Amino acid sequence: MKTFGGPVLFLDRADINTDEIIPAKYLTEITKQDLKPYILEDLKLEGFDPKGPKTRNARVVLSRANFGCGSSREHAPWVFEVNDITAVVAESFARIFRQNMFNCGMAAIELPKADLDLIFSHANDADASMSIDIEAQTLTVSGGGKQKTFSFELSPFDKALVMAGGWVDYADTKY
Amino acid sequence: MGKTTAEKIFAAHLVDEPFSGTKVLRLDVVLCHEITTPIAIDDLIVRGKDRVFDATRIKAVIDHVTPSKDSKTATQAKILRDWARRQGIKDFFDVGANGVCHALFPEKGFIRPGNTVIMGDSHTCTHGAFGAFAAGVGTTDLEVGILKGVCAFREPKSIRVNVNGQLPKGVYAKDVILTLIGQIGVNGATDRVIEFRGSTIDAMTMESRMTLCNMAIEAGGTSGICMPDMTTVDYLWPFIQDEFASKEAALAGYQQWCSDPDASYEQTIEIDASGLVPVATFNFKPDQVKPVTEFSDSRIDQVYLGSCTNGRLEDLRIAAQILKGNKLAENVRGILSPATPKIFREAMKEGLIDIFLDAGFCVTNSTCGACLGMSNGVLADGEVCASTTNRNFNGRMGKGGMVHLMSPATAAATAIEGKIADPRNYL
Repeated sequence: MKTFGGPVLFLDRADINTDEIIPAKYLTEITKQDLKPYILEDLKLEGFDPKGPKTRNARVVLSRANFGCGSSREHAPWVFEVNDITAVVAESFARIFRQNMFNCGMAAIELPKADLDLIFSHANDADASMSIDIEAQTLTVSGGGKQKTFSFELSPFDKALVMAGGWVDYADTKY
Repeated sequence: MGKTTAEKIFAAHLVDEPFSGTKVLRLDVVLCHEITTPIAIDDLIVRGKDRVFDATRIKAVIDHVTPSKDSKTATQAKILRDWARRQGIKDFFDVGANGVCHALFPEKGFIRPGNTVIMGDSHTCTHGAFGAFAAGVGTTDLEVGILKGVCAFREPKSIRVNVNGQLPKGVYAKDVILTLIGQIGVNGATDRVIEFRGSTIDAMTMESRMTLCNMAIEAGGTSGICMPDMTTVDYLWPFIQDEFASKEAALAGYQQWCSDPDASYEQTIEIDASGLVPVATFNFKPDQVKPVTEFSDSRIDQVYLGSCTNGRLEDLRIAAQILKGNKLAENVRGILSPATPKIFREAMKEGLIDIFLDAGFCVTNSTCGACLGMSNGVLADGEVCASTTNRNFNGRMGKGGMVHLMSPATAAATAIEGKIADPRNYL
């Protein structure tokens, strides 16, 4: 199983699409590692710097509704993975992106808008961080001297994929 | 309680239900292209499992960047090509025979009513036009599909979209689907199947139905689905005549997949076709849609006609009808990519290619190319493209570029005027 948690990258916008996460012109790379420099290169979000320290240090992405919409490219989870981001927390996900995350043994965690609003209030805390316990289905956000724990839903299948390290290993032993 | 088409297909293909709500389905068709498949192939090799579940159920094409533009894309093509040969995949389409996957594979008769279809491509939903459950997936799902012939899904609820009445002059399937996406939003059908019903759909060609289903994903939909009928049978007949004694027998066989009259839907949306107008997108999301008459002096640098959405013969005919005897506006570039070699050839025979060339268009080979900013018509920073494709995301056709999505008719009128224009003035 992968490890989850660490500094949070706040992307306060709905409908962030896979072309923004990794533009199509980089899909010609043959290895996942080669995608690394291009993370979120075309993201349309005021003040966001894809090359900045916040992006570089992040281990968790926090966003809004319909995250990962658009293309089916698994390069979107991969570009996060090779940048050591193993979890995305959002109000909702596009189906293919969500499945791709779990298929890679990564976590796509949904939280209600009210919880997200609370977490986004830490967006300006330099030390904003999140720890995630997949087994207990809880995540704890800390920053600015405050700390709060939230619980989340995870389908048993998605949980099993995270535990198995992804769908290939899971399916290979079962089908 | 009756079942929807999607529910019937799920029930008939169920292999396992490892957890409540998760259904592992047997796959009838696994489609592959050179962008998302090579990493799956390489991973299977690393795992010592370089094999396929059934070479006759796997179809592969090089279409996104073809002919290869550089050593990286040549390597991707080579990985797919070598694999297809190694695995004995006979339905593999290389340079000379290749075209845009969601136009080429239906043209070959590979997708039948009641099928389960996956591909590492989000516009796989196109194939639902045949009464199939067709879903785009990522590379890992594709890898498991190639190896095991199964894929896991949450059983999707269906949204029924009833489109009734006659489409007015200058209004096409593209306007129907853009209008719907504008109404329900880019998140309006997430984890849902969009079932297209009603007299307008019944009257549509398979090409138009594919245009509709193609963009189900732009509302988040897992698959678009149309009911199989005689139009479906007529389209498939060259491929199925050995399977059925008559077209009527084929129809009877296929209609088992139609939704039952008492099937239940999460939501039903009514669209009056007669009230629709030509539309185009603005900004960077496919749900930002407005009538073409509400654009004022929206200048464009390039017109692109092609793609899995609107690069079929019907689309070329409609655009050519408007372009005939006209020229591209000054300072506007026109690019046509017929979606398959067959479409290209038919368009030549019908004189359509001459019309495009006379208007000043560049005609390229069949490829996804410019639609996703890969090749053959990438935009420069600040440039604007009127396009018959499916995505207007920021930078989609080139970094800093902007895309207006529209029908082939609207694109043709726009090509002539150099700004977003009303095709009804040319019909």
